[in-house]
Amino acid sequence: MIKKEVVVIGGGPSGLAAAIEAAQRGAEVLVVDSNLKAGGQLFKQIHKFFGSSAHRSGTRGIDIGTELLEEAEKYGVEIWLNSVAIGLFQEKKIAVERGLDVEDKKLEIIEAEKIVIASGASENAVRFKGWTLPGVMGAGAAQTMINVNRVLPGERILMIGSGNVGLIVSYQLMQAGADVVALVEAAPKIGGYGVHASKITRAGVPIYTKHTVIEARGDKRVEEAVICELDEKWQPVAGTEKTLKVDTIAIAAGLKPLVELAVMHGCECIFDPLLGGWVPLHDKNMESTYPGIYVVGDIAGIEEANTALEEGKLAGIAIAEALDYISSEEAKKLKDETWERLKGLRMGPFGEKRMLAKEQLLAAAEAAKGSAEEHQIAASAGA
Amino acid sequence: MSLAETGFLTIEEIKKLGKYPSEERFKKGPVAVIECIQEIPCNPCESACRFGAIELGEPITNLPTLNEDKCTGCGLCVAKCPGLAIFIIDKAYSDTMATVSFPHEYLPLPEKDAEVEAVDRSGQVVCTGKVIKVLNPESFDRTPVVTIAVPQDKAEEVRGIKRL
Ligand SMILES: Cc1cc2nc3c(=O)[nH]c(=O)nc-3n(C[C@H](O)[C@H](O)[C@H](O)COP(=O)(O)OP(=O)(O)OC[C@H]3O[C@@H](n4cnc5c(N)ncnc54)[C@H](O)[C@@H]3O)c2cc1C
Ligand code: SF4
Ligand code: SF4
Repeated sequence: MIKKEVVVIGGGPSGLAAAIEAAQRGAEVLVVDSNLKAGGQLFKQIHKFFGSSAHRSGTRGIDIGTELLEEAEKYGVEIWLNSVAIGLFQEKKIAVERGLDVEDKKLEIIEAEKIVIASGASENAVRFKGWTLPGVMGAGAAQTMINVNRVLPGERILMIGSGNVGLIVSYQLMQAGADVVALVEAAPKIGGYGVHASKITRAGVPIYTKHTVIEARGDKRVEEAVICELDEKWQPVAGTEKTLKVDTIAIAAGLKPLVELAVMHGCECIFDPLLGGWVPLHDKNMESTYPGIYVVGDIAGIEEANTALEEGKLAGIAIAEALDYISSEEAKKLKDETWERLKGLRMGPFGEKRMLAKEQLLAAAEAAKGSAEEHQIAASAGA
Repeated sequence: MSLAETGFLTIEEIKKLGKYPSEERFKKGPVAVIECIQEIPCNPCESACRFGAIELGEPITNLPTLNEDKCTGCGLCVAKCPGLAIFIIDKAYSDTMATVSFPHEYLPLPEKDAEVEAVDRSGQVVCTGKVIKVLNPESFDRTPVVTIAVPQDKAEEVRGIKRL
């Protein structure tokens, strides 16, 4: 068995930020990531990011990814690529499968003092008649194809879902040379930012709100999609069907936190649709209900790369503090600054609900901690 | 119908905010038009302007406000805005023509002097335009800015060109 001081599962923005913060203050950090390259979603994101100009906004996701990797290297963070954490067992033991499918794989068991779970999220599916035909795919998958693998999934695309992912991937599909025939959204309003929507409408993409896809047709792959209008009760309105000639249907129906590892180790979760579904409870240090296990980024509630970075920093600072690499005064100052920035990112009509959901999650974590302590007191009193 | 339903702004929606440059200012030459009306966590336009013409402040979800007297129409903010929501309009370009500058992140780029199809915010072709310049220096970080000349009465409508 290998022993490590800190192990970070997932090398996206949140995991790298946690690793950099902890390593920079002296901790020995290993990041395991299932991909060929660390960086998570960042290397798919060729667009300029929002956020505060003090924190790299206006910089493209890919360039933020490169900067993070350089910093991680500078501070001596060890990174295992092609390495999937397949299990998390008590007491803080991680089973990691190293190597590609085509190689000899090796199973390593690592025992860690502190673990950060930063595994991100997976895409939600939408089911409709014909949804298993080749050519129906997640928007994130389409984005990986064009921006990482440089393969165009199709020439004529129908996008489902108007959150920022649906809007941004539509734009990038056009940049890659495809036509986006339409974007449909079941809700009466566009979910993502108006400025992202305007980029694609200006390029001629019609956005149909209160619409959905009801069927994909085709012989061996998608050749047509049928869309229709929805009434107030979200039921198809008969007679409003439209058939579109498309070869690809990309689905951007939200993301779901990848919480399996946290659940496996007994971290308590709550269900909150605003955060994407089941999310592990965590306190202001991003520590889960299981001491020494931290959760950051999309797994702790679907948000954005900016918030993922800040959450990663919080965990990294808290870990450096817990391992005595920095004083609690210094840690407090750093954490307060980070929380200030997080608050800024969660303001406005798009962030407010998430801010509230996160506050409720923090409160639930406090309550869970309180009852665990009471339990302990009661147990020791009984003994 | 509004931005949240159609995905594009109408000129009425933009002007309603009271932040649109005045006609007097337009008469003096190029000026920035900022079409960003939702409170999103974003502020790089503010620091992009070295003349201090864009005010946003704290919290970063505030809307940007243009100080039209300070704006020189230099266009530096156009490529910096991740929302691609800033345009430079020059209604004083000639007696009959105005120019519109916009970010254009598609290849191939149009050539100088080419005739192009100018589109409005919804992507509809409204007239032809003539390419005046295409700027793409390293500092724009791969967001080329294209300037086209269009009839003056189309300056409020045209916000891009059809992809080539
Ligand atoms: C199309 C799109 C556009 C976006 N645009 C923006 C934007 O403009 N601005 C913004 O701020 N945010 C944006 N986001 C959101 C942002 O990308 C995510 O919120 C952010 O990447 C979350 O970071 P993360 O570190 O939690 O997860 P990820 O970036 O998803 O990284 C998780 C990493 O963990 C690895 N992993 C998962 N499970 C395991 C395991 N078991 N073992 C080992 N490794 C594992 C994965 O391979 C991956 O590398 C966008 C997202 C998408 C999809
Ligand atoms: S055009 Fe130039 S002066 Fe005007 S707001 Fe933009 S950067 Fe500032
Ligand atoms: S940079 Fe663009 S999107 Fe961001 S606040 Fe300024 S105008 Fe709006």
